[in-house]
Amino acid sequence: MFSGEQVAALFADLGVTHVVTVPDSTIGKWGDAIARASDMHLVRVCREGEAWAVAAGLHFGGARPLVLIQCTGLFESGDSLRNVLHDWKLPIFSVIGYRSFLNQETLPGDTCLVFSEPVLDAWKIEYKLIRSESQIGTIREHYRACLAAGKPGAVLIAEGNA
Amino acid sequence: MSGHAAMDPGGALAVLREHRASGDVVITSMGSAREWMAMGPLDPLDFVFVPSSMGQAPSLALGIALAQPRRRVFACNGDGSMLMNLGALVTISAQSPRNLVLIVFDNGVYEVTGAQPTPGSALGRPDRRGVDFAEIARACGWPSVFYFDELDEWRDAASEAIASPGPVFIALDVAPVPGAVGPKSPGPTVERARKFSEALRQTNR
Repeated sequence: MFSGEQVAALFADLGVTHVVTVPDSTIGKWGDAIARASDMHLVRVCREGEAWAVAAGLHFGGARPLVLIQCTGLFESGDSLRNVLHDWKLPIFSVIGYRSFLNQETLPGDTCLVFSEPVLDAWKIEYKLIRSESQIGTIREHYRACLAAGKPGAVLIAEGNA
Repeated sequence: MSGHAAMDPGGALAVLREHRASGDVVITSMGSAREWMAMGPLDPLDFVFVPSSMGQAPSLALGIALAQPRRRVFACNGDGSMLMNLGALVTISAQSPRNLVLIVFDNGVYEVTGAQPTPGSALGRPDRRGVDFAEIARACGWPSVFYFDELDEWRDAASEAIASPGPVFIALDVAPVPGAVGPKSPGPTVERARKFSEALRQTNR
């Protein structure tokens, strides 16, 4: 959907200082461009639960982190996400790849379609679904709205491949 | 290693208290949080990670260390917590923050739930050989790795160990505290988070 350069430019424009990530086949393609961006750091973690805690530490220290993971990683994130977003109420924003949303050619019957949005609802995270490249402005607006409100938020990026 | 615990955990933690300098962050979790709070008033740069997501103290410390690279950050972790997030050792060594010191208090058990053996402890394994956290850290590429099972050795070497090129990994073989309970949160979490972040930002170096 988006190129790495588009995403890196968007994140930079939003003032993101660190992108804490575990890649998938869509969002992983953005990594090099993010890593090349000046004034922005890519932090690769080993599992998604770590990403929230690293982002929390960055936020505590005055940085502006963003978590970039796949929806499967959202499922994995549970307890760490709960701790960071609800115990400590930190306004961490996340960009989440929505596996198989655009097509299920690779994984017919992918249960990511069943659980991703209900899980975000269950964790009380306000999200926007990004279905096409034309919605890049929606990401920007939602990020800024969450930042202004001091609350967490997310965007789900529609993906086609696993 | 796990299974022949030597040090009193409070004594081991007191060594850190002696060496903690002004401006250093100390993150404690689980048993170390309980012991740290029992030692006296908290510093604004103490972060009692209670409630926590178990295993995430080193990851939280990494974030702080990256955000404020001129500030030293200590993270106190248990062995059960370390096992729950072993990948953090790889994540941290990949970032290689020179200002991070991770201390693992290895008592071989899940102390706050009734001292059940961890899968890494000698008691939890058929060969009765405990997992060697220091070797794991070395294998993950940590530049400075230490192991102590005697309080006097730890006390004598602490200054040098802590000042080694970071990130620094220190494994301490400690005794479980019989009948120990989990740490109690020292106050409302949201308020503590806000104050801790303010203290970090106000004294950013």
